[in-house]
Amino acid sequence: MARILYFAWLRERMGRTEEVLPLPSGVETVGGLIALLQQRDAAGAGAFAHPAMVRAAVNQEFATPGTPLQDGDEVAFFPPVTGG
Amino acid sequence: MATVRVQTPAFDTGAELAALLAGRTDVGGIGCFVGVVRGTAGGQPILSMTLEHYPGMTERALTAIAAEAEARWELQGCTVIHRHGRLLPGEPIVLVLTASAHRQAALDATAFLIDWLKTRAPFWKHEEMAEGGPRWVEAHSGDDAAAARWDTMKL
Repeated sequence: MARILYFAWLRERMGRTEEVLPLPSGVETVGGLIALLQQRDAAGAGAFAHPAMVRAAVNQEFATPGTPLQDGDEVAFFPPVTGG
Repeated sequence: MATVRVQTPAFDTGAELAALLAGRTDVGGIGCFVGVVRGTAGGQPILSMTLEHYPGMTERALTAIAAEAEARWELQGCTVIHRHGRLLPGEPIVLVLTASAHRQAALDATAFLIDWLKTRAPFWKHEEMAEGGPRWVEAHSGDDAAAARWDTMKL
């Protein structure tokens, strides 16, 4: 299982703040999870329509599409940050 | 050890400055940056700005950024306070204070902290416009460039 969090317009487009998802075999990276969410439903297709606009974190550290995922990970998806 | 806080209420810059100086005589200067909600975006007036963040990761990211500043410069103290929630034009958003024996370290470390914070701390700004719908603020390429200059800068 992975806990997945969504922030800013990704949260709005997904229609949820978070979910817990079993990681299917074959989904081994952040990029693999994005592909899964894109194909799952219309919300995922819309939220991840432009993956270049999406940033990710795994266990609260910035991640890339190639970052590996393990059972129990906390994964977050969000737009480029705009604090300060 | 830096002071890092993520909070909804306003901060008291004077009190934070006094806290950095309390009980010590080795500080020669304090660098200060206060980020404020600008009342316009793209020439259009805004009614409010709401800051969303990633609780947990935000504190980790700010602590890591402050630790990087303390590794690069000799600082006697460092304070980073970032607000979240709904803020009005003119309200302060973020406070960066750095104390050092000499001004250059304090001034450079302050600029470094705000540059890195803008590109590495998980905050997102949402603007409520006076006319038209609300919108998420897009990241500026200029912020990436400002942060990147510290990658190559010789100390």
